[in-house]
Amino acid sequence: MTLDIARIRQDFPILNREVRPGVKVVYLDSTATSQKPLAVIEAMNDFYHRFNANIHRGVHTLAEEATAMYEQARVKIAKFINARNPHEIIYTRNTTESINLVAYTWARANLKSGDLVILTEMEHHSNLVPWHMLAAERGVQLEFIPVTENGLLDLETYKSLLARTPKLVSFTHMSNVLGTINPAAEIIKLAHDAGAITVVDGAQSVPHLKVDVHALDADFYAFSAHKMCGPTGIGALYGKSALLDAMPPFLGGGDMIKEVKLRSFRPNTVPAKFEAGTPAIAESVGFGAAVDYLTGIGMDKVAAHEHEITEYALERLEEIPGVKVFGPSADKKGGVASFTFDGVHPHDVAQILDRDGIAVRAGHHCAQPLHEKFGIPATTRASFYLYSTKDEVDKLVEGIYKVKKVFG
Amino acid sequence: MDDLYREVIIEHYKNPSYRGHLDPHDISFADNNPLCGDHIQIDLRVDESGKVTDARFDGHGCAISQASADLLVESVIGKSVEDVKKLNKQDILDMLGIELGPVRLKCALLSLKVLKAGVYGLCEASDELVE
Ligand SMILES: Cc1ncc(COP(=O)(O)O)c(C=O)c1O
Repeated sequence: MTLDIARIRQDFPILNREVRPGVKVVYLDSTATSQKPLAVIEAMNDFYHRFNANIHRGVHTLAEEATAMYEQARVKIAKFINARNPHEIIYTRNTTESINLVAYTWARANLKSGDLVILTEMEHHSNLVPWHMLAAERGVQLEFIPVTENGLLDLETYKSLLARTPKLVSFTHMSNVLGTINPAAEIIKLAHDAGAITVVDGAQSVPHLKVDVHALDADFYAFSAHKMCGPTGIGALYGKSALLDAMPPFLGGGDMIKEVKLRSFRPNTVPAKFEAGTPAIAESVGFGAAVDYLTGIGMDKVAAHEHEITEYALERLEEIPGVKVFGPSADKKGGVASFTFDGVHPHDVAQILDRDGIAVRAGHHCAQPLHEKFGIPATTRASFYLYSTKDEVDKLVEGIYKVKKVFG
Repeated sequence: MDDLYREVIIEHYKNPSYRGHLDPHDISFADNNPLCGDHIQIDLRVDESGKVTDARFDGHGCAISQASADLLVESVIGKSVEDVKKLNKQDILDMLGIELGPVRLKCALLSLKVLKAGVYGLCEASDELVE
Protein backbone atom coordinates (compact mmCIF):
# COMPACT_ATOMS: atom_id res chain seq x y z
CA MET A 1 0.00 0.00 0.00
CA THR A 2 1.37 3.36 -0.95
CA LEU A 3 0.22 6.66 0.44
CA ASP A 4 -2.61 8.66 -1.05
CA ILE A 5 -0.58 11.84 -1.31
CA ALA A 6 -3.40 13.98 -2.64
CA ARG A 7 -5.34 13.21 0.52
CA ILE A 8 -2.37 13.73 2.78
CA ARG A 9 -1.73 17.13 1.22
CA GLN A 10 -5.24 18.18 2.18
CA ASP A 11 -4.24 17.67 5.81
CA PHE A 12 -1.69 20.47 5.48
CA PRO A 13 -3.47 23.79 4.90
CA ILE A 14 -0.26 25.70 4.20
CA LEU A 15 0.42 23.65 1.09
CA ASN A 16 -2.41 25.57 -0.60
CA ARG A 17 -0.77 28.87 0.18
CA GLU A 18 0.08 31.14 -2.72
CA VAL A 19 3.32 32.96 -2.02
CA ARG A 20 2.42 35.43 -4.75
CA PRO A 21 -0.79 35.68 -6.74
CA GLY A 22 -1.04 32.51 -8.80
CA VAL A 23 2.18 31.01 -7.40
CA LYS A 24 1.63 28.11 -5.02
CA VAL A 25 4.28 27.23 -2.50
CA VAL A 26 6.43 24.22 -3.35
CA TYR A 27 7.73 23.40 0.08
CA LEU A 28 11.05 21.58 -0.15
CA ASP A 29 12.45 22.61 3.23
CA SER A 30 11.04 20.02 5.62
CA THR A 31 14.46 19.17 6.97
CA ALA A 32 14.56 22.65 8.49
CA THR A 33 11.03 22.34 9.80
CA SER A 34 8.08 20.30 8.63
CA GLN A 35 4.66 21.69 7.89
CA LYS A 36 1.87 20.97 10.37
CA PRO A 37 -1.31 19.01 9.69
CA LEU A 38 -4.67 20.39 10.68
CA ALA A 39 -4.92 17.74 13.41
CA VAL A 40 -1.95 19.30 15.20
CA ILE A 41 -3.06 22.89 14.70
CA GLU A 42 -6.53 22.05 15.97
CA ALA A 43 -5.29 20.08 18.97
CA MET A 44 -3.36 23.11 20.17
CA ASN A 45 -6.18 25.44 19.34
CA ASP A 46 -8.58 23.23 21.27
CA PHE A 47 -6.23 23.16 24.23
CA TYR A 48 -6.29 26.94 24.46
CA HIS A 49 -10.03 27.07 23.86
CA ARG A 50 -11.01 24.53 26.49
CA PHE A 51 -8.23 23.28 28.72
CA ASN A 52 -5.64 25.95 29.29
CA ALA A 53 -4.18 25.97 32.82
CA ASN A 54 -0.78 25.55 34.36
CA ILE A 55 0.08 21.95 35.13
CA HIS A 56 1.03 20.08 38.30
CA ARG A 57 0.29 22.73 40.90
CA GLY A 58 -3.47 23.11 40.65
CA VAL A 59 -6.26 20.94 42.01
CA HIS A 60 -8.94 22.59 39.89
CA THR A 61 -10.47 20.80 36.94
CA LEU A 62 -8.64 22.69 34.22
CA ALA A 63 -5.27 22.13 35.88
CA GLU A 64 -5.96 18.45 36.29
CA GLU A 65 -7.04 18.06 32.69
CA ALA A 66 -4.08 20.03 31.37
CA THR A 67 -1.69 17.94 33.48
CA ALA A 68 -3.25 14.74 32.19
CA MET A 69 -2.92 15.91 28.59
CA TYR A 70 0.72 16.86 29.13
CA GLU A 71 1.43 13.39 30.53
CA GLN A 72 -0.65 11.57 27.91
CA ALA A 73 1.45 13.16 25.19
CA ARG A 74 4.54 11.86 26.94
CA VAL A 75 3.10 8.34 26.85
CA LYS A 76 2.42 8.67 23.10
CA ILE A 77 5.92 9.94 22.40
CA ALA A 78 7.45 7.11 24.43
CA LYS A 79 5.46 4.55 22.48
CA PHE A 80 6.34 6.17 19.17
CA ILE A 81 10.06 5.46 19.66
CA ASN A 82 9.43 2.32 21.71
CA ALA A 83 10.78 3.61 25.00
CA ARG A 84 9.79 1.15 27.72
CA ASN A 85 8.74 3.77 30.22
CA PRO A 86 7.20 7.23 29.63
CA HIS A 87 9.47 8.56 32.36
CA GLU A 88 12.35 8.02 30.01
CA ILE A 89 11.02 10.92 27.90
CA ILE A 90 12.14 14.35 29.09
CA TYR A 91 10.49 17.33 27.47
CA THR A 92 12.95 19.93 26.22
CA ARG A 93 12.71 22.84 23.79
CA ASN A 94 14.29 20.95 20.90
CA THR A 95 17.09 18.62 19.88
CA THR A 96 19.66 21.27 20.69
CA GLU A 97 18.47 21.55 24.27
CA SER A 98 18.26 17.76 24.60
CA ILE A 99 21.91 17.37 23.64
CA ASN A 100 22.92 20.26 25.88
CA LEU A 101 21.04 18.64 28.74
CA VAL A 102 23.26 15.56 28.43
CA ALA A 103 26.37 17.72 28.09
CA TYR A 104 25.52 19.81 31.15
CA THR A 105 24.37 17.02 33.43
CA TRP A 106 25.59 13.54 32.55
CA ALA A 107 28.82 14.68 30.95
CA ARG A 108 29.78 17.19 33.62
CA ALA A 109 29.13 14.58 36.30
CA ASN A 110 31.01 11.81 34.52
CA LEU A 111 33.77 13.23 32.33
CA LYS A 112 37.07 14.63 33.45
CA SER A 113 40.12 16.09 31.83
CA GLY A 114 41.64 13.81 29.22
CA ASP A 115 38.51 11.71 28.73
CA LEU A 116 37.66 11.03 25.11
CA VAL A 117 34.41 11.95 23.36
CA ILE A 118 33.86 10.67 19.82
CA LEU A 119 31.74 12.69 17.39
CA THR A 120 31.53 12.59 13.61
CA GLU A 121 32.42 14.99 10.83
CA MET A 122 28.80 15.16 9.68
CA GLU A 123 27.33 16.62 12.86
CA HIS A 124 24.96 19.54 13.07
CA HIS A 125 26.40 22.41 15.12
CA SER A 126 24.06 21.36 17.92
CA ASN A 127 26.04 18.15 18.35
CA LEU A 128 29.41 19.90 18.09
CA VAL A 129 29.31 23.13 20.05
CA PRO A 130 28.07 21.68 23.38
CA TRP A 131 31.09 19.36 23.25
CA HIS A 132 33.45 22.18 22.24
CA MET A 133 32.21 24.04 25.31
CA LEU A 134 32.76 21.00 27.48
CA ALA A 135 36.23 20.50 26.03
CA ALA A 136 37.15 24.09 26.79
CA GLU A 137 35.84 23.82 30.33
CA ARG A 138 36.98 20.32 31.24
CA GLY A 139 39.86 19.46 28.97
CA VAL A 140 37.84 16.64 27.44
CA GLN A 141 39.36 15.34 24.18
CA LEU A 142 37.31 15.26 20.98
CA GLU A 143 37.83 12.90 18.06
CA PHE A 144 35.79 12.61 14.91
CA ILE A 145 34.67 9.68 12.80
CA PRO A 146 35.60 10.78 9.26
CA VAL A 147 33.10 11.06 6.44
CA THR A 148 34.06 9.30 3.22
CA GLU A 149 33.83 10.81 -0.25
CA ASN A 150 30.43 9.08 -0.66
CA GLY A 151 29.10 10.66 2.48
CA LEU A 152 29.28 7.60 4.73
CA LEU A 153 30.92 7.25 8.11
CA ASP A 154 34.31 5.54 8.02
CA LEU A 155 33.63 2.75 10.48
CA GLU A 156 37.15 1.33 10.27
CA THR A 157 38.55 4.56 11.68
CA TYR A 158 35.77 4.51 14.27
CA LYS A 159 36.88 1.08 15.40
CA SER A 160 40.46 2.24 15.82
CA LEU A 161 39.29 5.28 17.80
CA LEU A 162 37.38 2.94 20.10
CA ALA A 163 40.64 1.34 21.10
CA ARG A 164 41.34 4.58 22.95
CA THR A 165 38.42 3.78 25.31
CA PRO A 166 36.15 6.78 24.81
CA LYS A 167 33.63 7.63 27.50
CA LEU A 168 31.01 8.92 25.10
CA VAL A 169 30.05 8.52 21.44
CA SER A 170 27.61 11.12 20.12
CA PHE A 171 26.47 10.97 16.50
CA THR A 172 23.62 11.80 14.19
CA HIS A 173 21.29 9.01 13.08
CA MET A 174 20.59 10.84 9.84
CA SER A 175 22.58 13.72 8.35
CA ASN A 176 20.61 16.87 7.61
CA VAL A 177 22.93 17.68 4.70
CA LEU A 178 23.95 14.40 3.10
CA GLY A 179 20.82 12.54 4.12
CA THR A 180 23.03 9.61 5.14
CA ILE A 181 21.27 7.16 7.43
CA ASN A 182 24.00 5.93 9.74
CA PRO A 183 24.11 2.35 11.02
CA ALA A 184 23.07 3.44 14.50
CA ALA A 185 22.65 -0.03 16.01
CA GLU A 186 26.14 -1.04 14.94
CA ILE A 187 27.73 2.22 16.10
CA ILE A 188 26.03 1.87 19.50
CA LYS A 189 26.97 -1.78 19.88
CA LEU A 190 30.61 -1.02 19.15
CA ALA A 191 30.54 1.91 21.58
CA HIS A 192 29.06 -0.25 24.33
CA ASP A 193 31.64 -2.97 23.72
CA ALA A 194 34.27 -0.30 24.30
CA GLY A 195 32.55 0.83 27.49
CA ALA A 196 31.17 4.13 26.14
CA ILE A 197 27.78 5.77 26.58
CA THR A 198 25.95 6.88 23.42
CA VAL A 199 24.00 9.98 22.47
CA VAL A 200 22.05 9.89 19.21
CA ASP A 201 20.95 13.06 17.44
CA GLY A 202 17.60 11.91 16.13
CA ALA A 203 16.40 15.27 14.80
CA GLN A 204 16.15 13.88 11.26
CA SER A 205 15.56 10.20 11.94
CA VAL A 206 12.51 10.29 14.20
CA PRO A 207 10.47 12.32 11.67
CA HIS A 208 11.37 10.11 8.72
CA LEU A 209 12.11 6.55 9.87
CA LYS A 210 10.70 4.01 12.25
CA VAL A 211 12.92 4.48 15.29
CA ASP A 212 13.08 1.93 18.09
CA VAL A 213 15.34 3.19 20.87
CA HIS A 214 14.99 -0.10 22.70
CA ALA A 215 16.17 -2.19 19.76
CA LEU A 216 18.96 0.32 19.06
CA ASP A 217 19.97 0.14 22.71
CA ALA A 218 20.63 3.90 22.63
CA ASP A 219 21.49 5.50 25.96
CA PHE A 220 20.27 8.97 24.99
CA TYR A 221 18.23 9.95 21.95
CA ALA A 222 17.36 13.55 21.09
CA PHE A 223 14.68 14.91 18.75
CA SER A 224 12.45 17.93 17.98
CA ALA A 225 8.66 18.05 17.51
CA HIS A 226 8.80 20.73 14.83
CA LYS A 227 10.52 18.50 12.30
CA MET A 228 7.88 15.76 12.68
CA CYS A 229 4.63 17.62 12.04
CA GLY A 230 4.54 19.07 15.55
CA PRO A 231 4.93 22.61 16.88
CA THR A 232 8.12 24.56 17.54
CA GLY A 233 9.22 25.10 21.12
CA ILE A 234 9.16 21.48 22.23
CA GLY A 235 11.41 18.48 21.80
CA ALA A 236 12.39 15.41 23.73
CA LEU A 237 15.32 13.63 25.23
CA TYR A 238 15.00 9.90 25.66
CA GLY A 239 17.35 8.50 28.28
CA LYS A 240 17.65 5.10 29.89
CA SER A 241 16.06 5.23 33.34
CA ALA A 242 19.17 4.17 35.20
CA LEU A 243 21.19 6.98 33.61
CA LEU A 244 18.52 9.64 34.11
CA ASP A 245 18.03 8.64 37.75
CA ALA A 246 21.72 9.01 38.49
CA MET A 247 22.18 12.33 36.71
CA PRO A 248 22.20 15.68 38.49
CA PRO A 249 19.39 18.07 37.54
CA PHE A 250 19.68 20.53 34.67
CA LEU A 251 17.94 23.88 35.23
CA GLY A 252 16.85 24.78 38.74
CA GLY A 253 13.44 26.13 39.67
CA GLY A 254 9.84 25.12 40.13
CA ASP A 255 8.64 21.55 39.49
CA MET A 256 12.11 20.06 39.44
CA ILE A 257 12.25 19.89 43.24
CA LYS A 258 10.87 17.67 45.94
CA GLU A 259 11.61 20.07 48.73
CA VAL A 260 13.24 23.48 49.03
CA LYS A 261 14.81 24.95 52.15
CA LEU A 262 16.24 28.40 52.34
CA ARG A 263 19.74 27.08 51.74
CA SER A 264 19.17 23.78 49.97
CA PHE A 265 16.86 21.68 47.83
CA ARG A 266 16.16 18.04 47.07
CA PRO A 267 15.56 17.29 43.40
CA ASN A 268 12.39 15.68 42.14
CA THR A 269 12.32 12.29 40.47
CA VAL A 270 12.61 11.77 36.70
CA PRO A 271 11.25 13.26 34.47
CA ALA A 272 10.21 16.28 36.58
CA LYS A 273 13.83 16.62 37.74
CA PHE A 274 14.73 17.87 34.27
CA GLU A 275 11.65 19.99 33.60
CA ALA A 276 12.07 23.14 35.64
CA GLY A 277 9.53 25.90 35.27
CA THR A 278 6.31 26.07 33.28
CA PRO A 279 6.88 23.93 30.19
CA ALA A 280 5.43 24.21 26.68
CA ILE A 281 2.05 22.73 27.60
CA ALA A 282 -0.03 23.42 24.51
CA GLU A 283 2.97 22.36 22.46
CA SER A 284 3.13 19.03 24.29
CA VAL A 285 -0.47 18.45 23.23
CA GLY A 286 0.51 19.35 19.66
CA PHE A 287 3.51 17.01 19.91
CA GLY A 288 1.19 14.19 20.97
CA ALA A 289 -1.16 14.97 18.09
CA ALA A 290 1.77 14.90 15.66
CA VAL A 291 2.77 11.48 16.91
CA ASP A 292 -0.83 10.29 16.53
CA TYR A 293 -0.91 11.67 13.01
CA LEU A 294 2.31 9.94 11.94
CA THR A 295 1.34 6.72 13.70
CA GLY A 296 -2.00 6.77 11.90
CA ILE A 297 -0.23 6.93 8.56
CA GLY A 298 2.54 4.52 9.52
CA MET A 299 6.22 5.40 9.60
CA ASP A 300 7.03 2.55 7.22
CA LYS A 301 4.85 4.18 4.60
CA VAL A 302 6.27 7.62 5.28
CA ALA A 303 9.79 6.25 4.79
CA ALA A 304 8.83 4.32 1.65
CA HIS A 305 7.21 7.37 0.08
CA GLU A 306 10.18 9.58 0.85
CA HIS A 307 12.49 6.97 -0.58
CA GLU A 308 10.57 6.96 -3.84
CA ILE A 309 10.64 10.77 -4.08
CA THR A 310 14.32 10.94 -3.18
CA GLU A 311 15.29 8.35 -5.75
CA TYR A 312 13.39 10.30 -8.38
CA ALA A 313 14.86 13.62 -7.26
CA LEU A 314 18.45 12.33 -7.37
CA GLU A 315 17.89 10.92 -10.82
CA ARG A 316 16.42 14.17 -12.15
CA LEU A 317 18.95 16.45 -10.46
CA GLU A 318 21.91 14.46 -11.71
CA GLU A 319 20.63 14.86 -15.27
CA ILE A 320 21.25 18.60 -15.07
CA PRO A 321 24.71 19.56 -16.35
CA GLY A 322 26.67 21.32 -13.62
CA VAL A 323 24.64 19.95 -10.72
CA LYS A 324 26.52 17.89 -8.14
CA VAL A 325 24.52 16.17 -5.42
CA PHE A 326 26.34 15.31 -2.19
CA GLY A 327 25.88 12.21 -0.09
CA PRO A 328 25.28 8.54 -0.73
CA SER A 329 22.91 6.88 -3.19
CA ALA A 330 19.18 6.86 -2.50
CA ASP A 331 19.19 3.46 -0.78
CA LYS A 332 21.45 4.79 1.98
CA LYS A 333 19.80 8.11 2.60
CA GLY A 334 16.66 9.89 3.67
CA GLY A 335 14.75 12.61 1.85
CA VAL A 336 17.52 15.16 1.44
CA ALA A 337 19.25 16.39 -1.72
CA SER A 338 22.01 18.93 -1.11
CA PHE A 339 23.71 20.11 -4.27
CA THR A 340 25.95 22.67 -5.86
CA PHE A 341 25.38 24.17 -9.27
CA ASP A 342 28.44 25.26 -11.24
CA GLY A 343 29.24 28.92 -10.97
CA VAL A 344 26.09 29.90 -9.11
CA HIS A 345 26.06 30.47 -5.39
CA PRO A 346 23.34 28.54 -3.48
CA HIS A 347 21.90 31.81 -2.26
CA ASP A 348 21.25 32.88 -5.80
CA VAL A 349 19.82 29.47 -6.70
CA ALA A 350 17.41 29.67 -3.76
CA GLN A 351 16.44 33.23 -4.57
CA ILE A 352 15.61 32.47 -8.19
CA LEU A 353 13.69 29.32 -7.20
CA ASP A 354 11.68 31.40 -4.76
CA ARG A 355 10.16 33.32 -7.65
CA ASP A 356 8.32 30.14 -8.57
CA GLY A 357 7.33 29.57 -4.98
CA ILE A 358 9.95 26.84 -4.52
CA ALA A 359 11.20 26.88 -0.95
CA VAL A 360 14.69 25.39 -0.58
CA ARG A 361 17.46 26.20 1.82
CA ALA A 362 20.85 27.66 0.96
CA GLY A 363 23.88 27.78 3.18
CA HIS A 364 25.88 25.42 5.34
CA HIS A 365 22.76 24.12 7.12
CA CYS A 366 24.44 24.36 10.51
CA ALA A 367 27.08 21.87 9.40
CA GLN A 368 30.00 24.10 8.52
CA PRO A 369 32.77 21.54 9.20
CA LEU A 370 31.08 19.07 6.85
CA HIS A 371 30.97 21.64 4.07
CA GLU A 372 34.61 22.45 4.69
CA LYS A 373 35.41 18.77 4.38
CA PHE A 374 33.87 18.77 0.91
CA GLY A 375 35.63 22.03 0.09
CA ILE A 376 32.48 24.05 -0.50
CA PRO A 377 31.17 27.03 1.45
CA ALA A 378 27.52 26.20 0.95
CA THR A 379 24.97 24.01 -0.78
CA THR A 380 21.38 24.32 -1.90
CA ARG A 381 19.23 21.78 -0.11
CA ALA A 382 15.90 20.39 -1.21
CA SER A 383 14.26 18.09 1.30
CA PHE A 384 11.18 15.93 1.20
CA TYR A 385 8.51 14.66 3.53
CA LEU A 386 5.34 12.61 3.41
CA TYR A 387 3.51 15.35 1.48
CA SER A 388 6.19 15.83 -1.22
CA THR A 389 5.38 14.90 -4.80
CA LYS A 390 7.25 14.07 -8.00
CA ASP A 391 5.52 17.04 -9.55
CA GLU A 392 7.30 19.24 -7.00
CA VAL A 393 10.61 17.64 -7.92
CA ASP A 394 9.87 18.47 -11.57
CA LYS A 395 9.23 22.08 -10.63
CA LEU A 396 12.54 22.17 -8.80
CA VAL A 397 14.33 20.86 -11.87
CA GLU A 398 12.60 23.39 -14.15
CA GLY A 399 13.56 26.08 -11.67
CA ILE A 400 17.22 25.11 -11.83
CA TYR A 401 17.12 25.43 -15.61
CA LYS A 402 15.80 28.96 -15.10
CA VAL A 403 18.73 29.69 -12.81
CA LYS A 404 21.00 28.57 -15.59
CA LYS A 405 19.33 31.01 -17.95
CA VAL A 406 19.71 33.98 -15.61
CA PHE A 407 23.39 33.25 -15.10
CA GLY A 408 23.97 32.52 -18.77
CA MET B 1 10.99 39.71 -12.79
CA ASP B 2 14.77 39.57 -13.07
CA ASP B 3 15.17 42.77 -11.07
CA LEU B 4 17.50 41.24 -8.56
CA TYR B 5 19.68 39.74 -11.24
CA ARG B 6 20.10 42.77 -13.47
CA GLU B 7 22.74 42.30 -16.11
CA VAL B 8 25.16 44.61 -14.35
CA ILE B 9 25.06 42.40 -11.26
CA ILE B 10 25.62 39.20 -13.18
CA GLU B 11 28.41 40.89 -15.12
CA HIS B 12 30.24 42.13 -12.02
CA TYR B 13 29.77 38.72 -10.41
CA LYS B 14 31.12 36.74 -13.35
CA ASN B 15 33.81 39.17 -14.48
CA PRO B 16 34.84 41.33 -11.56
CA SER B 17 37.37 44.07 -12.36
CA TYR B 18 38.79 44.44 -8.87
CA ARG B 19 39.14 40.91 -7.56
CA GLY B 20 42.54 40.29 -6.02
CA HIS B 21 44.92 41.38 -3.30
CA LEU B 22 47.26 44.31 -2.82
CA ASP B 23 50.71 43.57 -1.50
CA PRO B 24 51.82 45.75 0.17
CA HIS B 25 48.69 47.46 1.41
CA ASP B 26 47.90 50.04 4.06
CA ILE B 27 44.57 48.64 5.17
CA SER B 28 43.20 45.11 4.97
CA PHE B 29 40.10 43.69 6.57
CA ALA B 30 38.03 40.54 6.17
CA ASP B 31 34.75 39.30 7.53
CA ASN B 32 32.04 36.81 6.71
CA ASN B 33 28.32 36.57 6.96
CA PRO B 34 27.68 33.77 9.44
CA LEU B 35 24.25 33.05 8.00
CA CYS B 36 25.41 32.06 4.56
CA GLY B 37 29.18 31.92 4.78
CA ASP B 38 29.78 34.77 2.32
CA HIS B 39 33.32 35.99 2.77
CA ILE B 40 34.89 39.30 1.73
CA GLN B 41 38.38 40.66 2.15
CA ILE B 42 39.28 44.19 1.06
CA ASP B 43 42.80 45.61 0.69
CA LEU B 44 43.43 49.34 0.33
CA ARG B 45 46.39 51.55 -0.46
CA VAL B 46 46.13 55.05 0.98
CA ASP B 47 48.54 57.93 0.19
CA GLU B 48 49.83 60.59 2.58
CA SER B 49 46.94 62.93 1.87
CA GLY B 50 44.50 60.23 2.97
CA LYS B 51 43.32 59.33 -0.51
CA VAL B 52 42.61 55.75 -1.55
CA THR B 53 44.97 55.09 -4.45
CA ASP B 54 44.12 51.46 -5.09
CA ALA B 55 41.75 48.80 -3.81
CA ARG B 56 40.97 45.13 -4.35
CA PHE B 57 38.55 42.61 -2.90
CA ASP B 58 38.55 38.86 -2.68
CA GLY B 59 36.17 36.29 -1.29
CA HIS B 60 33.30 34.07 -2.18
CA GLY B 61 29.57 34.24 -1.94
CA CYS B 62 26.41 34.98 -3.84
CA ALA B 63 26.13 37.23 -6.85
CA ILE B 64 24.79 40.08 -4.74
CA SER B 65 27.66 40.03 -2.25
CA GLN B 66 30.40 39.69 -4.84
CA ALA B 67 28.96 42.19 -7.33
CA SER B 68 28.45 44.78 -4.63
CA ALA B 69 32.04 44.28 -3.47
CA ASP B 70 33.33 44.86 -6.99
CA LEU B 71 31.18 47.97 -7.46
CA LEU B 72 32.11 49.31 -4.05
CA VAL B 73 35.84 48.81 -4.52
CA GLU B 74 35.66 50.48 -7.90
CA SER B 75 33.89 53.46 -6.39
CA VAL B 76 36.33 54.09 -3.55
CA ILE B 77 39.47 54.40 -5.65
CA GLY B 78 40.32 58.10 -5.70
CA LYS B 79 38.09 58.91 -2.74
CA SER B 80 39.43 60.24 0.54
CA VAL B 81 39.27 57.95 3.55
CA GLU B 82 36.99 60.52 5.18
CA ASP B 83 34.53 60.16 2.31
CA VAL B 84 34.73 56.38 2.50
CA LYS B 85 33.71 56.61 6.15
CA LYS B 86 30.55 58.42 5.08
CA LEU B 87 29.33 55.70 2.71
CA ASN B 88 26.12 54.06 3.83
CA LYS B 89 23.50 51.49 2.95
CA GLN B 90 21.77 53.72 0.44
CA ASP B 91 24.99 54.23 -1.52
CA ILE B 92 25.25 50.47 -2.01
CA LEU B 93 21.62 50.11 -3.01
CA ASP B 94 22.04 52.96 -5.49
CA MET B 95 25.06 51.26 -7.00
CA LEU B 96 23.23 47.96 -7.34
CA GLY B 97 20.04 49.63 -8.49
CA ILE B 98 17.79 47.05 -6.82
CA GLU B 99 15.53 46.66 -3.83
CA LEU B 100 16.49 43.98 -1.33
CA GLY B 101 14.75 42.07 1.45
CA PRO B 102 16.40 41.88 4.88
CA VAL B 103 18.29 38.64 4.24
CA ARG B 104 19.83 39.67 0.96
CA LEU B 105 20.55 43.14 2.30
CA LYS B 106 23.11 41.50 4.57
CA CYS B 107 24.78 40.01 1.50
CA ALA B 108 24.83 43.37 -0.24
CA LEU B 109 26.22 45.23 2.76
CA LEU B 110 28.96 42.80 3.75
CA SER B 111 31.60 44.54 1.63
CA LEU B 112 30.72 47.97 3.01
CA LYS B 113 30.91 46.60 6.52
CA VAL B 114 34.36 45.16 5.81
CA LEU B 115 35.52 48.37 4.16
CA LYS B 116 34.38 50.60 6.99
CA ALA B 117 35.77 48.35 9.71
CA GLY B 118 39.06 48.57 7.80
CA VAL B 119 39.19 52.33 7.44
CA TYR B 120 38.13 52.87 11.04
CA GLY B 121 40.84 50.43 12.13
CA LEU B 122 38.42 48.29 14.13
CA CYS B 123 39.09 44.80 15.44
CA GLU B 124 35.62 43.61 14.59
CA ALA B 125 33.03 44.66 12.02
CA SER B 126 29.59 45.51 13.31
CA ASP B 127 26.24 45.99 11.62
CA GLU B 128 26.04 49.52 12.99
CA LEU B 129 28.69 50.55 10.48
CA VAL B 130 26.24 50.14 7.63
CA GLU B 131 23.00 51.43 9.10
C1 LIG C 1 20.67 16.59 12.39
C2 LIG C 1 20.15 17.73 13.19
N1 LIG C 1 20.50 17.86 14.47
C3 LIG C 1 20.05 18.84 15.23
C4 LIG C 1 19.21 19.81 14.74
C5 LIG C 1 18.77 20.90 15.66
O1 LIG C 1 17.41 20.85 15.86
P1 LIG C 1 16.70 22.01 16.68
O2 LIG C 1 17.03 23.28 15.97
O3 LIG C 1 15.25 21.67 16.61
O4 LIG C 1 17.25 21.97 18.04
C6 LIG C 1 18.82 19.73 13.42
C7 LIG C 1 17.92 20.75 12.85
O5 LIG C 1 18.23 21.50 11.98
C8 LIG C 1 19.29 18.66 12.62
O6 LIG C 1 18.93 18.55 11.34
